Amino acid sequence: MEFHDQGIIISLRKYGEYDALIDVMTAQHGRHAGLVKGGMGRRQRGTLQPGNEVTLKWRGRLESQLGTFAAELRNARSASFLDYPSKLGVLNSVCAILSVSLAEREEHNTLYEGLQMLLDTLEHAGPEPESWGALLVRWEIGLLAELGFGLDLGCCAATGVTDDLIYVSPKSGRAVSRGAGLPYHDKLLTLPPFLLGGGNVTGNDVRAGLSLSEFFLERYVLFPHNKKIPQARRMLLDFLTV
Amino acid sequence: MYRKASYGSELDQLIQLLSKLPGLGPRSARRAALQLIKKKDTVMRPLSTALAEVAEHVNPCCICGNLDTSDPCHICDNPARDHSSICVIEDVADLWALERSGSYRGAYHVIGGTLSALDGVGPDDLNISSLIERVRADNITEVIIATNATVDGQTTAHYITDRLKDTAIMVSRLAHGVPVGGELDYLDDGTLTAALKSRRPF
Repeated sequence: MEFHDQGIIISLRKYGEYDALIDVMTAQHGRHAGLVKGGMGRRQRGTLQPGNEVTLKWRGRLESQLGTFAAELRNARSASFLDYPSKLGVLNSVCAILSVSLAEREEHNTLYEGLQMLLDTLEHAGPEPESWGALLVRWEIGLLAELGFGLDLGCCAATGVTDDLIYVSPKSGRAVSRGAGLPYHDKLLTLPPFLLGGGNVTGNDVRAGLSLSEFFLERYVLFPHNKKIPQARRMLLDFLTV
Repeated sequence: MYRKASYGSELDQLIQLLSKLPGLGPRSARRAALQLIKKKDTVMRPLSTALAEVAEHVNPCCICGNLDTSDPCHICDNPARDHSSICVIEDVADLWALERSGSYRGAYHVIGGTLSALDGVGPDDLNISSLIERVRADNITEVIIATNATVDGQTTAHYITDRLKDTAIMVSRLAHGVPVGGELDYLDDGTLTAALKSRRPF
C-alpha cells in the first residue's frame, strides 16, 4: 500500500534512538500517524517540527498498519513562529486540539484548508491577537461544525429575531438576542460581533470567542470521550497579550 | 527452531546489557563483549571499577541539576566562574556541549526537558520553580536561555521569560542562524528564515 499526499505536522515523538513517530494533518487522509526512519536525526528533525508543511509518501504492507512516511519540506512555517510566544501558543493549541479531537484516517479536507489558511495568516500577521484571533475562533467553530456540533448563529433561539444577537445558549448552541437573554446574562455565553460578520476585532472579542469555542469543544467533543481541553489550549489565553 | 547461545548466562547477560546502550544493537554488543574479554586487564577491569564508582558517587547537583561526583558540582563550587549569570539548558548533554566549547564561564541550570502539551509535560514537571527561586535569592544579573531551537524548546523559553518578567534581570537567548562552516545552499528553509530575521549590521 502506498499513497502520496501533503500535510501539516501536528506532533513529533521520539521512537527508538533515531526514528520518529509523527502525526500529520493531511489534505486527503485526515489525521494520519506514521514512522519516519531517522526522523530524530540532525538532517530530518528540522523538517518534522510541528506546523511545517510537508509532501508525504506513506508506505505500509497493509492499510491497517502504522506504516512509514517519507517527508519532504514544503514550507518551514515553524521557524517564523519561534520568536513570538502568542504565535507559538496558537500553533501548540491548534496541534493539541487536532490530536485530541479528530479520529485517525478520516478525511477532513475543509478543516485542512482552514488550518493552512490560519497558519499562513499567522505567519504573515503581527503578534497581536487582533490580527489573527478572529480566524482562530472561526477555525475552532469550523472544527465543531466538521465534527457535527455546529453552532446556529443565524437567529435568536427564543424570539426568532435576526438582529442584536449578543449571546449563545450553552444548551442549544444557538444565538440569543439581547432582549431575550438579558435576564439570563450570567448563564449565557458571549457572542463576539465578528462571528456575525461585523465590527472591528478587539482583544476582548477574541477572548470571548475562544471561551465560546472552548466551552462547546469540551462539552460535546472531548467530554464524551473522557478527555479534557489540552493544556496548550488553556495556556493560549496566557500568551495572548490583550 | 530455537538455537542455543554458544556462551554461558553471565556472558549472555553482559551482551544483553550492552545492547541496551545507545548506538549498540545485539551484534555490536557481542563485539564489544568480545573486545572486553580480550582486553580484560587493560579495559574490562578498569571499566568495571569506573562503572561501580560512578554508580556509587554521581548524583544531580542540588543547585543546578548537573551530574557530578560532588554536590554542589564542580561548576557551582568554582569561585573563578561568574555566578551572576545563569545559562538555562534542557539537559546535562547540552551543558557538556557548552562546556566543550569553552566559551561560557558562568553557572548553569538544567531544567530537565521541555514543555510538551502532547506528552503531558507541564511546568511542574520541570525544574523551573527552582530556577525562579535561585534567580530571586542569588545575586543574578543575567539569565541566558539556551533551549533547543524547536517548537517545544522555544515555547519553554518564552514560558521562562514570562515567569522572570517581574524580576529586573536581563534575559537573553542564543542566536538562531547559519552555523560556522555552513553553506547557504545546503541549509534548510527554517534555518535560513531564522538567519535572515536575526540579521545584524556589518
